[in-house]
Amino acid sequence: MLKSLLSDDLPKSRWLALLLVAILIGLAVAPFLFPGAKSLNVAARICVFIVLAASFDLLLGYTGIVSFAHTMFFGIGAYGVAIALTRMGPGWDAVAVGVGAGLVLAIALAVLIGLFSLRLRTIFFAMITLAVASAFAILASQLSDLTGGEDGLNYRLPVALRPSFKLFEGFNGRLLDYYIVFFVSLALLLGMLRIVNSPFGSVLMAIRENPFRAEAIGYRTVVYRTLASCIAAAAAALAGALLALWSAQASPDTTLSFDIMVDILLMVVIGGMGTMYGAVVGAVLLVLAQNYLQALLGDRWLLWLGLAFILCVYFFPTGIVGRLRRR
Amino acid sequence: MKRDYLPLLLIPVLAAASFPLVGSWSSWVTLSVAGLAMGLMIFIMASGLTLTFGLMDVLNFGHGAFIAVGAFVAASVMLALGAWMGADSLWLNLAAIGLAVLAAMAVSGALGLAFERVIVRPVYGQHLKQILVTTGGLIVAEQLLKVVWGPDQITLTRPAALRGAILLGDVAIEKYRLLAMAIGLAVFAALALTLARTRIGLLIRAGVENGEMVESLGYRIRRLFVGVFVVGSALAGLGGAMWGLYQETVTAAIGAQVIVLVFIVIIIGGLGSVGGCFVGALLVGLTANYIGFLAPKVALGSNILLMALILLWRPQGLYPVAKR
Repeated sequence: MLKSLLSDDLPKSRWLALLLVAILIGLAVAPFLFPGAKSLNVAARICVFIVLAASFDLLLGYTGIVSFAHTMFFGIGAYGVAIALTRMGPGWDAVAVGVGAGLVLAIALAVLIGLFSLRLRTIFFAMITLAVASAFAILASQLSDLTGGEDGLNYRLPVALRPSFKLFEGFNGRLLDYYIVFFVSLALLLGMLRIVNSPFGSVLMAIRENPFRAEAIGYRTVVYRTLASCIAAAAAALAGALLALWSAQASPDTTLSFDIMVDILLMVVIGGMGTMYGAVVGAVLLVLAQNYLQALLGDRWLLWLGLAFILCVYFFPTGIVGRLRRR
Repeated sequence: MKRDYLPLLLIPVLAAASFPLVGSWSSWVTLSVAGLAMGLMIFIMASGLTLTFGLMDVLNFGHGAFIAVGAFVAASVMLALGAWMGADSLWLNLAAIGLAVLAAMAVSGALGLAFERVIVRPVYGQHLKQILVTTGGLIVAEQLLKVVWGPDQITLTRPAALRGAILLGDVAIEKYRLLAMAIGLAVFAALALTLARTRIGLLIRAGVENGEMVESLGYRIRRLFVGVFVVGSALAGLGGAMWGLYQETVTAAIGAQVIVLVFIVIIIGGLGSVGGCFVGALLVGLTANYIGFLAPKVALGSNILLMALILLWRPQGLYPVAKR
């Protein structure tokens, strides 16, 4: 049961297993274990960023391509829901339309960028995605009629997700919202775990190790890379939609900025590239650091994380998870 | 080798095509000068990046850090030399700017040396790690900038002699843009002459074509590369200083803003080619200014469109470097 749920990709280390179980239980009972608006918000952000980091790891760790446009897809998902809820009013139909439109746009853009630049080398793809993502961020802040410009959009959530809604005593709309975020994130994570452990995932790893050989065996690397970037884009868009559904606002700073891209990179690399569990550990670590370490390390906490990032790339390319698994 | 002049023709074609759209002669000249000045500044910043890539297959995503450092150092020097900057004499003004620029180049060149040693050297030949580790370097450098200069932006004022515009008939041309063009052309001429006429230039060009062969002839290509990396970083500092003075504000995000244009330019030009980088920079500068005038909302998108069109025409960039 557990084996098939995790797609036969068990943690393979007692400490890692313990850590993952702790994270899972912690997030599952977060509203009761750590009451308060702030900690609930942190828990929801952890769920969203786990999906986002895991989808980025699908590209970086499994396929070996660096995309700087991952926040763009995240933002598309968030703005899809935000714009639909603003325009159509707070209903579930608007959420469905927003998620659908975000997904379609994200996948279409991923195909376009992929076909354009994935035939070339890693470095081209990295540069082109950086350029496209920054153009998109500027576009989003320019089209203020649609996106609310720099300020972003604030909108009302469907009635069932508001704090005033009571499903039953002691279980209000915010909690329902949290559990939607939690379970959808969990499902997406398990889904991605399934993908990377499928034959398709093996082809991706073969491309990462040696694209030339993978092509020679008969796999069209362009097609596989493009598919991988589409899946990652779709997952990132869904993560964005979850964030929009949780925070009731979407702005360039919280969804599209390069800072978020830096966060995702830090999560995946420090947590461990090439394992979905790495993304989980990294996301938990970084979101906690952002919210609680600031007091401990001062304003320049990003400096220390940046140094940790560089050390990880040199000395621990498999990150925290890789270290734990070696024991 | 046959020269390929077709990409060069793009510049006058672009300028001519935009003329009927802009409509008036005087604004067209103003826009063209502004575009050329912007293009030349971007060229200064991009040239080092494209050369290091051509020579050692290293793409430094942290290049933006050198641009930002240059801008900050220059801003500090100019603020310290406030009396010279405020003086009514062109020569004192230029001296202050000259000192500021030299300081910027020295600091970013030194930083480049350290960056090469600590960050880039261990990851030769591994593109994925290169991208990651140089991005990490960028994160750290940006934070260090905030530690040293504080998180706020610095406002600069151009000295009196470089403020305002020169009027030629009914055409207004900003003085600072003329200075930027002069410096940019001087850098291009110096680079082109060094590459074409000197022994070092010969080695660099040979290294770009076939590094192993140069090494087997007994030259230390590593040392050559460090030299090019440092010069490239210093040029990025120079470009950053000029860009800061052009925008009249300096923020820690300056590197991240400009690096996007720099990447577009070296992709358009063909990774590794200085000539292509020059043409690409001018094209990007002109397009940004014409489109900025005609349809301000899509200005940055226009550069992406330009890049897409050029890559459709020549998928490896305007002047593909032979071995790639």
